[in-house]
Amino acid sequence: MLGTIIIYGFINSSILVLVAMGFNLTFGISGVANFAYGAIYIFSGFLTWIFLNSLGINYLLSIFLTFVCTFLLGYLIYRFILLRVRGLSLSEVMATFGLGLAIMELFRYFDFVGVKYSLPVFIDGSVPIFGNYVDYQRLIIGIIAVAFAVAFYFFIHYSKVGLAFRAIAQDDVTALTLGIDPDRIGAISLALGSSLAAMAAIVILPLGTISVENGYEVLIDALAVCIVGGLGSSVGVIVAGLVIGYVQTLTANFFEPRWMILVSLAAMALVLVIKPSGLFGKQKELEERV
Amino acid sequence: MTKRKERIDRGIKVRSDGIYALNSYREILYLAFPRLLPVVGLLAVVPFFSLYWQEVIASTAIYALLAVSWELLYMTGLISLGQSLFYGVGAYIAGALNASWGFPIYLTVPIATVGGGLLCALMLLPVLRLRGIYFAMVTLVLPLMFSRLVEATRILGGTNGLTGIDSFPNHWISFCLIQIALLVAFFGFRRLEGSDYGLVIKGINDNDRAIMSSGINIYWYKTQVLFLAGAVGCFAGAYGAHHDMFAGMPGFALDYSILPIAAAAVGGMGSFAGPLLGAFILVPLSEILRALGALRIVFYGLFLVFAVVGLPEGLFHFIRRKYEQIERWVEVDK
Repeated sequence: MLGTIIIYGFINSSILVLVAMGFNLTFGISGVANFAYGAIYIFSGFLTWIFLNSLGINYLLSIFLTFVCTFLLGYLIYRFILLRVRGLSLSEVMATFGLGLAIMELFRYFDFVGVKYSLPVFIDGSVPIFGNYVDYQRLIIGIIAVAFAVAFYFFIHYSKVGLAFRAIAQDDVTALTLGIDPDRIGAISLALGSSLAAMAAIVILPLGTISVENGYEVLIDALAVCIVGGLGSSVGVIVAGLVIGYVQTLTANFFEPRWMILVSLAAMALVLVIKPSGLFGKQKELEERV
Repeated sequence: MTKRKERIDRGIKVRSDGIYALNSYREILYLAFPRLLPVVGLLAVVPFFSLYWQEVIASTAIYALLAVSWELLYMTGLISLGQSLFYGVGAYIAGALNASWGFPIYLTVPIATVGGGLLCALMLLPVLRLRGIYFAMVTLVLPLMFSRLVEATRILGGTNGLTGIDSFPNHWISFCLIQIALLVAFFGFRRLEGSDYGLVIKGINDNDRAIMSSGINIYWYKTQVLFLAGAVGCFAGAYGAHHDMFAGMPGFALDYSILPIAAAAVGGMGSFAGPLLGAFILVPLSEILRALGALRIVFYGLFLVFAVVGLPEGLFHFIRRKYEQIERWVEVDK
C-alpha cells in the first residue's frame, strides 16, 4: 500500500511537473500569458498522431516534426496576436484563451474523438518495484520529469536566454537598456513553452487516449501548480508538483478518483487566500496586494 | 508632406454638453437618442419579434446583466474571470427554495438576489486585499470548484441538477421582468458611476493607496461593490433558473464567465454601454452561428481574438467617437 502510494504519487507528481513546466516558462518566468496552453498540448498530441498514422512517418521523426511545428505555432501566436496587445494583461488572457478555444473545438469538429486516437508507448512492458508492476512508460515519465526539472533550473538561472526571460518579467524597459529585446525574448519564451507542452504531451499521452477535454484539464493543472509554487519560481513548480501530486494520489486512494481535480482547485484557492505569491514566488510579493 | 489626424468635438456636442444651454429640439434629440435607444429598443421593438427571437433576446439580457455586473467590478479594479459564480449561486438558491421548500416565485427571486449577493460578497471577502491577476485567478477557480463539489458530494441534485422549478406564469411577465431588470441595472449603475460614490470606486482602480490615504476604507467600498455586482449576477441566475425550470452544474460552466468578458472586450471596457452593446452583438451572433454546429465555438473563439487584437478600444468607444467628434487630416507644421 505504502509502496503503491509512493510510486504512483511520484509518477503523478512527475506528470504535473511536466505539464506545468512549459506554462511556467511562459506565464511564470517571462510574464507572458498563454492560456492557449491546453490547446497546444492536445494539438501536439493530435499532430503526432496524424504524422504517425495518416502520413505514415516513423515515430521519432514525427515527434521531431511536432516539436518544430509547435515551436513555430508558439512563435506565430506571439508575433501576430500577443505582440499587439502586449502589456494589457486582460486582453492577453482573452486573446490567447479565444485562440485556444478555437483550436480545441476545431479538433472536436473534425471528430477527433475515440479510442483510436492514442499514441504508442515508447517501450512496452512493465517492471516490478516494491512489489508493484510499473510500466516502462510511467518510469520514462518520471525520469524525463527529473531530468527536465534539473535542466530547467540551470537553464533559467545560468543561461543568457533564461536570465533574459526573468528580466523582461521584472522590468522590460530596464531590460531594453541592457540590450535585451523584450519582443524577441517574449516570442522565444512562448515558442519554447509551446515545445515543452508538446514534450509533455508526447510523453504523457501514450498512457491514455487523446481527448479534447484533456486540454481544459491540463490548463487547470498547469495553472494550479504554477500558482501554488509561485509565479516566477522554478523550484516552486517542482515542490508544488510534488505536493499536489501526492495529495491527489492519497485522495484517489482513500476517497475516490473523481475528487482528484478538486485537490488542485482547492490548493489554488487556498494559496491565493493565504499567500498569493505562492510558496516560492518573490517577484510580485509587493504588487499583489494592497 | 506628413499629415496627422485631428479630432475635434462636433459643435452640437459642445453646445449640448452643458444641460442649461439646450435650446433646440435638435440638441435635445442629440443627447436623448443614444440614451433612449436601449429603452425603446428593448421595450417597444423587441415585442414585435417572433417568439424565437424574443427568447434569444431574453437570454441575451441574462448575459448582458452579467456583463454589466462585470463592468462594475472592473471599474473598481476587480477583474472577475468567474461571473458564473454569481449566476450559479443565484440559480441554486432560487432553485432550492422553490423546488425543495416550495417557496413561490415572487419570494425566491428577491431572496436569491439579495441573499446571493451577500453570499458572494462573503465568499470573496478573504481575497479582497488581492488585486489584478491574483484576484482574477480566485474568481476563475471558485465556480470550477463549486461545480466539482456538487458533482463529488451529490448535494443539490448532483450532476442531474434541480428540476421541477416553477416557470413564470406567462411569457410576457417573464419577458418584461428581464428587460426592465436589465434597464434598471444599466441606468442605475450609470447613475452610480456619475455620483461621488462612482468617483471613489474609480479612484480605487486608479490608485488605491491614494484613496486609503484620504481616509476612505477601500475594503468596505469593495465589499459593497461586490454585493451590488453579485446581486445583479444572482438575479440573472435566479431568473435563468425559473426561465429554464432547471438549476444545475451548467450554471457554473465557463459560458457564463467567458461571455460577459467577451462582451466587454468586444463592446469596449470602461463604460457600461460597452458590455451591453457587446452582449447584444455576441449572443445573437452565436444564435445565428448555431446552424454551423460544433464549428460555432471555433468561429466564436476566432471572433474574440480578432476583436481583442483588431479593435482594442472596443466597438462602443469607436462609435462614440464618430458620434461626438469629427476627424480630418491636417498637415504637420515643420
